[in-house]
Amino acid sequence: MACILVFIEQRNGSIRKASLEALSEARRLASGAGWSVCAVVAGHGVAAKAAELGAWGAGRAYVAEEERFARYSSEGYAAVVRAAAEKCAPVAVFMAATALGRDLSGRVAARLGWGCFADVTKLAVDGGTVKAIRPVYSGKALASVDGAGKPVVVTLRPNVFPAESAGGAAEVEPLPVVPAEIRAVVKEILAKEGGELDVAEADVIVTGGRGIKGPENFALIRDLAKVLGAAVGASRAVVDAGWIEHSHQVGQTGKVVSPSLYIACGVSGAIQHLAGMSSSKVIVAINKDPEAPIFKVADYGIVGDLFQVVPALTEEVRKLKAEA
Amino acid sequence: MKSCVLMTHVPDTASVIKVAGSATRIEEADIKWIVSPYDEYALEEAIRLKEAKTGSVTVLTFGPERAQQGLRECLARGADAAVHVKGGDALFGDSLAIAKVLAPAIRKTGPFDIVLAGVKGVGSDNALVGAMVAELLGLPHVSSVVKLEVGETGVTAQREIEGGAEVVEAPLPCLITAQKGLNEPRYPSLKGIMASKKVAIQSFAVADLGLDEAALAGPDATCRWTGLSLPPAKSGGVILKGEEDPAGAARELARLLREQAKAI
Repeated sequence: MACILVFIEQRNGSIRKASLEALSEARRLASGAGWSVCAVVAGHGVAAKAAELGAWGAGRAYVAEEERFARYSSEGYAAVVRAAAEKCAPVAVFMAATALGRDLSGRVAARLGWGCFADVTKLAVDGGTVKAIRPVYSGKALASVDGAGKPVVVTLRPNVFPAESAGGAAEVEPLPVVPAEIRAVVKEILAKEGGELDVAEADVIVTGGRGIKGPENFALIRDLAKVLGAAVGASRAVVDAGWIEHSHQVGQTGKVVSPSLYIACGVSGAIQHLAGMSSSKVIVAINKDPEAPIFKVADYGIVGDLFQVVPALTEEVRKLKAEA
Repeated sequence: MKSCVLMTHVPDTASVIKVAGSATRIEEADIKWIVSPYDEYALEEAIRLKEAKTGSVTVLTFGPERAQQGLRECLARGADAAVHVKGGDALFGDSLAIAKVLAPAIRKTGPFDIVLAGVKGVGSDNALVGAMVAELLGLPHVSSVVKLEVGETGVTAQREIEGGAEVVEAPLPCLITAQKGLNEPRYPSLKGIMASKKVAIQSFAVADLGLDEAALAGPDATCRWTGLSLPPAKSGGVILKGEEDPAGAARELARLLREQAKAI
């Protein structure tokens, strides 16, 4: 029976939500096609977690349990994925399009000699192979891609595919020690101060643009983000002005995001920015210029002074959350 | 320190994208082409390495005729040599096919101590070619680098991850992909522009690498664009007036987001 192999990402022994999304999507596709789903996880002290992957769709979970796999390395993890692929001969290898997945996928695809569909937002099985739709030109267009009938590696954009648990346990199979030359080694992980949520993973994003007038006013954006449990985004203009780090930038030279709710405050909506966020499910714009292009993609908007509107909105959300 | 910078020539990020008649590619008629912004960070880093340690910078592209413009621009900024592998239109979007051409081209024009590329080419947005080239060349790589120190035998790089950075050590030779934040690229100087005109661009065909582009695009293809469409246009947003009563507008917006959009 054909199978989809899903690479499961862990950080400090915890399985990432985006990997469960990829696993759930694999199950949905496999159940329609009569295929099975296998998972593979690399790490140290992760074996106990592997059986739980059954609830999310894995019939079998391969575990490469080794101290040197505790932290990510593209060479080590690529060897693990290849070893698992040799066991189950999948038609596709799925992984989450996280920082890790987008790094690993290229090396794995080249090692297997397969193509790769990067950062996909829609998947289907057709004629016994996996096909996908993926945003290109930072979301200005959508490309339909196929693997010319051959197996492929696929990275799935976080927050797009629902993670669905249905109970059940996976059959855990240890992957024997995988010989792998690891030359690029992670020595240390530097966490950002305050452990801020990253825009690439967030379900809600509040973004500040040039309209906030100065770096100190990101406090208004952060306040609203905090009551919503949201990540803080930024337009290119404010990143280039040095008001906030690049990791917050949304748009063509930043991150392309698809959260459930995107609130743009003082963002005019340059074409590069719109490309990066217009696939968000609900878009809210707050801007004093009624002609700002951001309103053309907004589901809801307020024409007004963000210095008055944003604090008022923060207060209203706080009240609603308190009632709930 | 001999470095090689991989460059791709892409539509300006301000471009309005339209779908061509073929429905698998963009309409190129009104497109202005630029050096992919992430490649500018890679080039700047290579030029700084040369300035700090002596050596040379070779910029290499796989693309159609117009990509020569991009090579000239890189020379004007401070690259010493430029290599143009001609072709690639048929392989657009197939990162592995492109990497299969770039890897032997790098071998042919090297050896290099370090290969640098942008984290992605804006457009196809795959962010795959760097790691694929590294794998095909048997090199270690670090992608999405925001800080780089290069020593005699190895590099220490900071790689952007969700909520922070990984500090990665790798031996030379290796491949690095550049993320925004790595540096502030310089503009070409007038002197650089004049000097760049005298540099002969080395060019060759895919066939000179012992490869068949038609086969890479045909039976050996690994990822094909079978369709291209524009996302559905949005309309009919509820836009509230908040100039006079910002608190009232905020209250109404919060209500709509909760009751209608069910987003909070």
